[in-house]
Amino acid sequence: MASPGAKKQKADERAKYQRLAASIVPKPPLVRNMVVAFVVGGLICTVGQGVINAFMSRGMTQDEATAPTLATMILIGSVLTGLSAYHHIGEFAGAGAAIPITGFANTIVAAAMDFKREGYILGMGAKMFIIAGPVLVYGILSGVLVALIRWLYRG
Amino acid sequence: MTTKRVGGSTIVYSTPPVIVSAATVAGPKESEGQMAQWFDELVPDDMFGERTPEKAERRFMEDAIKIALGSARVLPEQVNMIFAGDLLNQIITSSFTAEGFGIPFVGLYGACSTMAQSLTMASAMVDGGYADLALAVTSSHYQTAERQFRYPIELNIMRKSTSQYTVTGAGAALVGRSGGKVKVTEATIGKVIDMGIKDPNQMGPAMAPAAADTIFAHLADTGRDPGYYDIILTGDLGRVGAEILRQLMAEKGVPLGDNYSDAGILMFEGVRGTGVGGSGCACSALITYGFILKRMCQNEISRALVVATGALMSPISWQQGESIPCIANAVVLET
Amino acid sequence: MDYLVAFLVGGTICAIGQVLLDTSKLSPPHMLVAFVVAGAILSGLGVYDKLVDFAGAGALIPVSGFGHSIARGSLMEAERLGVLGLFTGALEFTGLGITTAVFFGALIALVANPKP
Repeated sequence: MASPGAKKQKADERAKYQRLAASIVPKPPLVRNMVVAFVVGGLICTVGQGVINAFMSRGMTQDEATAPTLATMILIGSVLTGLSAYHHIGEFAGAGAAIPITGFANTIVAAAMDFKREGYILGMGAKMFIIAGPVLVYGILSGVLVALIRWLYRG
Repeated sequence: MTTKRVGGSTIVYSTPPVIVSAATVAGPKESEGQMAQWFDELVPDDMFGERTPEKAERRFMEDAIKIALGSARVLPEQVNMIFAGDLLNQIITSSFTAEGFGIPFVGLYGACSTMAQSLTMASAMVDGGYADLALAVTSSHYQTAERQFRYPIELNIMRKSTSQYTVTGAGAALVGRSGGKVKVTEATIGKVIDMGIKDPNQMGPAMAPAAADTIFAHLADTGRDPGYYDIILTGDLGRVGAEILRQLMAEKGVPLGDNYSDAGILMFEGVRGTGVGGSGCACSALITYGFILKRMCQNEISRALVVATGALMSPISWQQGESIPCIANAVVLET
Repeated sequence: MDYLVAFLVGGTICAIGQVLLDTSKLSPPHMLVAFVVAGAILSGLGVYDKLVDFAGAGALIPVSGFGHSIARGSLMEAERLGVLGLFTGALEFTGLGITTAVFFGALIALVANPKP
């Protein structure tokens, strides 16, 4: 295989090429993307606020209204995914569609729709959480750890 | 015996085989572009009425073979071998399709470079006298590639500024000794080149050095300059990769002129939502067997250098943080 | 007024996510994990509770609110039940949503097919 000198030369060539490529690769339209993510994400949260308000007007506290609100938004995201609409929103709005909980629902339903073709058990059942899984795993890990620390240091 | 090679890596066919017939079958998005007029069959439903996109991709490949055989009035039994490849794991599109035709089969994998790879091999078999008729076939499909290499179709994902769009379709060429206008005269087999690009959204930048290496090797082997060809076509570098290739060739002292184009750019010119251009095995196949071959038959161009480019990574290799090894294979078509 | 605050805060969180996607090498799944963990940590520091009080859905609907809801549910139940509550409480606020996603996700997938 290559001698140390040849390895060094190859690494230099690669670094030089990567600088060239980086100078030609177009920068993403950051301002446009931020504005669109802001507006679309903001609008989804505004809808969420309407849902919370509707639950709270029936006498729930904000804490009590949290779970049904998240569930309602998840239902909306799921239905939009089933109608093949949500990925177009995502293509347009990026993080504005990915970060709200509707986007979390989209990851689950999109995977379910796609992988059912490999069967309902090993396809849909096994791969439904292929993208949402990490969010759940690290959400639960960090959430429980954080709660444990707060609980141990409770005043 | 006369040598059938010049330089280090360029095959020169001693009795150049001809492309007896060719066929292109294109999906819905491909039918929206300016190239649609050059394709033999336009399929408005990317699922081709099938239950899974993998089955649909097979239908594209089947149709391409049927049309190619039909227009040459050749029966499958008369074809001695078929060289085919696609992007799916274990190249299932090719092998499942070959089963249906009962033609002796050689499966190839060169990612999106398979189009040139298969044509090179089919031509070598015919020139060598091992086959009277050989098929070279490739396919790709947006949905099958997307779900294998990236994310589920319905997932909300914003394309990056360098993302490409996998071409849905298939192309087939029937190579024989006589009975066609366009000859396959030479082929240059590329080396695997890895310049350390790791981002799977940057296929063009990853593949451009491989294309530059193969084009440079071809020109050096044959002692030509880029102006010798009426058209030099790369497979699927896209707008970003094509720009990088121009820079790389200029640095090597052989700048590419106006005769250079990229199949990925041509494929989706003016089609919305396709990023910086098309990609996939079908991209170079559709443009070569449609646009280039038909224009050669109409005497509009007479010499073409087709450089199909391929990124040889797998979902596992990039998840493990490996960079993307790439290859480019070139074939020369002349009338 | 609460609608405007939800819009502004929720929009800002999404815009920060977009900046991460565009300027770092994080893929969308990496970005989502970063947000859910950040939400849980901010919840532990007591910051996210204040943000929820201020912005309502603007803080709860983004996936960082999901991390916060897990941490908050866990802590709430731990205070009631002790160490067991840490675990039973994790899905206190989010369990309904997860069940909804699985149930309706599966139902929808039975009838809907992907269209690019």
